[in-house]
Amino acid sequence: MASAKQASRISALNAGMIGCHSCDLVVNAKDDFHHHLQCPRCGANLHSRKLNSVARTWALIIAALVFYVPANVLPITTVVSLGKEQSDTIMSGVIYFMQSGSWAIALVIFVASVFVPLMKILILVFLLVSVQRNIQWRPREQAKLYRLTEIVGKWSMVDVYVVTILVALVNLGVIADIDAGPAALYFAAVVVLTMLAARTFDPRLIWDSKEEVE
Amino acid sequence: MSLIACHECDLLQKRTDEIPPHSKAVCGRCGAVLYRHIPDSIDRTIALAIAGLVLFICANVFPFLAFEVSGQATQSTLISGAASLYLQGMWALAFLVFVTCIGAPLMQILLMLYIFMPLKFGRLPAHIPLAFRSLREIQAWNMIEVFMLGILVSLVKLTKMATIIPGLALWSFVGLIVVLTAAATAVDAELVWQKLDCNNGKR
Repeated sequence: MASAKQASRISALNAGMIGCHSCDLVVNAKDDFHHHLQCPRCGANLHSRKLNSVARTWALIIAALVFYVPANVLPITTVVSLGKEQSDTIMSGVIYFMQSGSWAIALVIFVASVFVPLMKILILVFLLVSVQRNIQWRPREQAKLYRLTEIVGKWSMVDVYVVTILVALVNLGVIADIDAGPAALYFAAVVVLTMLAARTFDPRLIWDSKEEVE
Repeated sequence: MSLIACHECDLLQKRTDEIPPHSKAVCGRCGAVLYRHIPDSIDRTIALAIAGLVLFICANVFPFLAFEVSGQATQSTLISGAASLYLQGMWALAFLVFVTCIGAPLMQILLMLYIFMPLKFGRLPAHIPLAFRSLREIQAWNMIEVFMLGILVSLVKLTKMATIIPGLALWSFVGLIVVLTAAATAVDAELVWQKLDCNNGKR
């Protein structure tokens, strides 16, 4: 790993410049910072920070939290087997795997479906509060938390795919049939909304208030 | 000497021209990866994208799982999974599965070929900034590795109910995950923008 040499510890914003989010060209914006600038190389609209990042991220997180409730309370699958009908929620699926001895699978589903979405929401709430309240606690660790939310986000989709596969495969009428429940849709909405929230949050805001402190 | 602003913390830094092959430059303040040096980036990307296209076709044409209980059998392809959700009235969910497991990987492969094939022969494809931005955006929604984990969980869930026969598509799918991940890391963004710079200079 080679660390890039630093000119001095100053952000592009404070130097009157904007780094193009698309092609990384650094553009001098001193003269007309408030006009609509376009990147001279790739033509992307230049923004020093993502627009209304904090408000938009809050909106997406609150929406995700609202959907998180029906996602966990309503059934995600309905299994029909030899006339018997049984509805499962995400948690009852985890408990079923634990009781039948498949600890690894129970853990995978619990982590991906229950723990990760909640953890993502909590981390983003923490980062938003930290940005809004100017909390000076370890910006580097905050940056790591942000990267974590970006990486783990999509793994929550696993339960949606399990439902998809079960519905497609187990389709034998009275003998065995599996239908998708309403929670599958709410759950997918939680995953998509938290992924969008992580992409809408601007990690540069974490560092903006720390420039003078260092 | 050129400058780079860290895309995660906005710190202005000098670009070091020569970093060793297969290494990366990281931001001195927040530790984000600034850029990488990938030798033969264009050749690698094209090779992996073509391999990806072949595997993608296999993964979609053949069934990935067959399910057998008391003499009756059903089998499922990737697209029939999405289709059966659609038939149950869950079109939004069907759309999401289609985009993340079929649309996004296919678009990723096609965009890579569209961008890098002309570059290989010294030409610049039209609308390259838009194509490259779309590639970046689409990669975030490619979730085939998560789908693979979903297959494993389903296998465990179903083995108690019936006989499960893994199909050819399953192995193609595993290959596709490896190849597409490698292709994504073989892309050298800076190289593409430099070519665009040269072209702009010529005009």
